[in-house]
Amino acid sequence: MVSKWAKRFYTILIFAFLYAPIVVLMVFSFNDSKNTAKWEGFTFRWYQTLSENSLIMKALYYTVLVAVVSALIAVVMGTLAAFGIHYMKTWRQKVVLNINSIPILNPDIVTGISLMTLFVAFKMELGLVTMILAHVTFNVPFVVLSVLPKLKQMSGDTLEAAMDLGATPWYAFRKVILPEIKPGIITGGLIAFTLSIDDFVISYFTTGNGVTNLSIAIYSMAKRGIKPEINALATLMFVFVLVMLILINKRTKIEEI
Amino acid sequence: MLRKISSSSYLVWSLLFIIIPIVMVGFLSFTPVEGSGHTGFSLENYKRFMEPIYLKVLLRSVEIAFKATFICFLVGYPMAMILAKMDNRIRNLAVMLFVVPMWMNFLLRTYAWMTILGKNGILNKFLSLFHVEPLTFLYSEGAVLLGMVYNFLPFMVLPIYTVLTKMDNNLIEAAEDLGGNKITVFRKIIFPLSLPGVVSGFSMVFMPAVSTFVITNLLSGGQYMLIGNLIEQQFLVVNDWHFGSAISMFLMVLILLTMSVMNRLGAGIGEEGSAGIW
Repeated sequence: MVSKWAKRFYTILIFAFLYAPIVVLMVFSFNDSKNTAKWEGFTFRWYQTLSENSLIMKALYYTVLVAVVSALIAVVMGTLAAFGIHYMKTWRQKVVLNINSIPILNPDIVTGISLMTLFVAFKMELGLVTMILAHVTFNVPFVVLSVLPKLKQMSGDTLEAAMDLGATPWYAFRKVILPEIKPGIITGGLIAFTLSIDDFVISYFTTGNGVTNLSIAIYSMAKRGIKPEINALATLMFVFVLVMLILINKRTKIEEI
Repeated sequence: MLRKISSSSYLVWSLLFIIIPIVMVGFLSFTPVEGSGHTGFSLENYKRFMEPIYLKVLLRSVEIAFKATFICFLVGYPMAMILAKMDNRIRNLAVMLFVVPMWMNFLLRTYAWMTILGKNGILNKFLSLFHVEPLTFLYSEGAVLLGMVYNFLPFMVLPIYTVLTKMDNNLIEAAEDLGGNKITVFRKIIFPLSLPGVVSGFSMVFMPAVSTFVITNLLSGGQYMLIGNLIEQQFLVVNDWHFGSAISMFLMVLILLTMSVMNRLGAGIGEEGSAGIW
């Protein structure tokens, strides 16, 4: 019995540790004071100043734009790549999969500075385009890795059968393979989208020209000290994440059935 | 035909954006800074990295990353066990709740600790209720360590949790039937079988911890230098890309070696440590 209570206590302690900072941010986003630690009454002021903060609004726009564009490109390229990789000879497959895992295993900072070196060497202006290119680069590997298992589960003969029955390769791909691997594609796309939204390090090194995403905006604000608007932003983002997670959870449950 | 075409776009892409950038960084690292009087191949940048000031930074990074990993293990293993033994109904919910903070922007999570640990932060306000003078929590090694543990704890818990839930219960029951008490069963059965999860947890915490520069910049106010900060500084402040490249190459090799050793360890133990982030 003692151990049961000890377990409960430990669980509560860990969850408190995990949530305390988030709760603090959320509570103080409604605090009518510039000083975080003192409660001086309820206000929506920081949400208003947040919506009037053009830096953050622009950063939000770029974050979503980069995430959508890079996830879409990554999904198309990653799916096609997984399809090609699936039919490769073993040793070629191994080489390509090893290269594919480099952006996953490499520390973000190394990926960031190496892409920056590339862009600068080719005299590309750092900005929106370079940031999207960088995001596609770290997104594709995750799409490949989530589509590939679905291809492996598929029976190897279905494609042949469709072609024997007169389907063109493209038609067979669309009508036979695509429906089978669709869950993998959607998972890959969601991973790509969330990674892109959350990325700081790689964006930090590959952007310029006043193009910043939310992470970079938060970083530069936080470096200058504590700002109550960030609390409001954190609250909104937390609610957004929670809704997204519940949606995804529903999806996977449907898949399981 | 279609099979070849379909992957070629990504092959070209990975050549352009994965291989070539790394080759370029490698090239920079082996060439001396312009205007230093030397040209051609040189090990100058690597030699410079072996100077005591920089070696100290490296050792400090490895040390603090290892400390963070170990604390994550000590705190995380019991948590993983508790989660794994929960009732099916509440377990999924509990695991989801455990993961939710991880989905929140990494910088916001780190920033949150700034507001708690700061001089006028919550913690000091709380302590002042007990008439404790304001303490400096922020801008110290402890704050950085806390930031690492907070951000990376799920990376330790999730792989261990996955291995524990997949574990064959018959083995545990057999051990109990044969007279093993709880501690023996844990020591001889549960823990050894969970090692693949522990191994992948170790590498998943150690890797981001050793290369971070964000946590150090925010929670130590830039006073505390780790290898990630050194790279950032060389590229964005000092503008010595050659030296920065050498450090990056070193870090990359260090990480890839650690990963392959860990992988081998995981494979040697038996089951592959396949528990990923997802």
